[in-house]
Amino acid sequence: MSAWSSIKEKFWSFISKIFGDKKVKIGIYGPPNAGKTTLANKIIKDWTGEELNGVSEIPHETRRVLRKKDISIDVGKSSLKLDIVDTPGLATKLDYHDFLKYDLEEDEAKIRAKEAAEGVIEAIRWLDDLDGVLLVMDATESPYTQVNITVIGNMEARKLPLLIVANKIDLPTAKPLKIMEAFPQHTVIPISALKGENIETLYKSIYDHFR
Amino acid sequence: MVRIDLISEEMLTNMTSYEKIRMILDGVKDGKIIVLEKGLSPDEEAKLIEATMVEISSDFVGIEMESYPSVDKRSIFSKLFSKPKNPKRITIIGSPNQIKNIEKDRGRISALISEI
Repeated sequence: MSAWSSIKEKFWSFISKIFGDKKVKIGIYGPPNAGKTTLANKIIKDWTGEELNGVSEIPHETRRVLRKKDISIDVGKSSLKLDIVDTPGLATKLDYHDFLKYDLEEDEAKIRAKEAAEGVIEAIRWLDDLDGVLLVMDATESPYTQVNITVIGNMEARKLPLLIVANKIDLPTAKPLKIMEAFPQHTVIPISALKGENIETLYKSIYDHFR
Repeated sequence: MVRIDLISEEMLTNMTSYEKIRMILDGVKDGKIIVLEKGLSPDEEAKLIEATMVEISSDFVGIEMESYPSVDKRSIFSKLFSKPKNPKRITIIGSPNQIKNIEKDRGRISALISEI
């Protein structure tokens, strides 16, 4: 970006802040199958009536970053304009054998693993271009995964806002309290993206955190 | 037998991010367990995951990495006027075929280590 473009961007960002027309890019991050795309679809459907992407029980269903622009979230008399960036599940390992359990052919499984690896790379590179992150955790699983720790560490180091979403509270084994105990320095909002449980609290928190 | 390389903070300080990542990936591919006395910075952790994904293949399925969550103990005043303290903490890295995480909480990592 040239110096002139950078100055122009900063100027308009400043003007937008003054007149309350700020737009923020929010990335939805988390491990595979935490419900990131279900949440992205829920947010987008609630505020635009559209859907972003398909979901599946096979891990790494989302293998490309998808961005939905200009979603306006209304909270009372105020509103916040967002770009929602749905990212592929982050992982430190990818074994194509794991996909064979879901009745995929070996070739299909290898392609899926390769695409999933490319998706993880893309998701990590997007961290440089975001204004904040919704970190989605599966409340039925242990929150102490390296992916969660790495995303939180990166947001803290960049001093960017982070909201933790404890998803799947509709399931009987969900323990959102465990997530709150694991990361006490961050706000944790328990929800069910699938059933829409506590989603209004999440929208209010998104407004409070990212405006 | 499993070979474990314990890398001191001093040695890590004298390495560039690229050198650290290369050392870790080469070590894991050689079947070593790498223990970093002070871990990696969050940015280096992200770069390590990225570099790992670039090298994923049928023969190399990635890494198992375990560290503790960071704790920001700064006062409200410090949080306003200073950068976050370096959250690097001891980190263990190896092949997913060698390290199996049994249990983890804020202060304890319990893992089984085996030969490949």
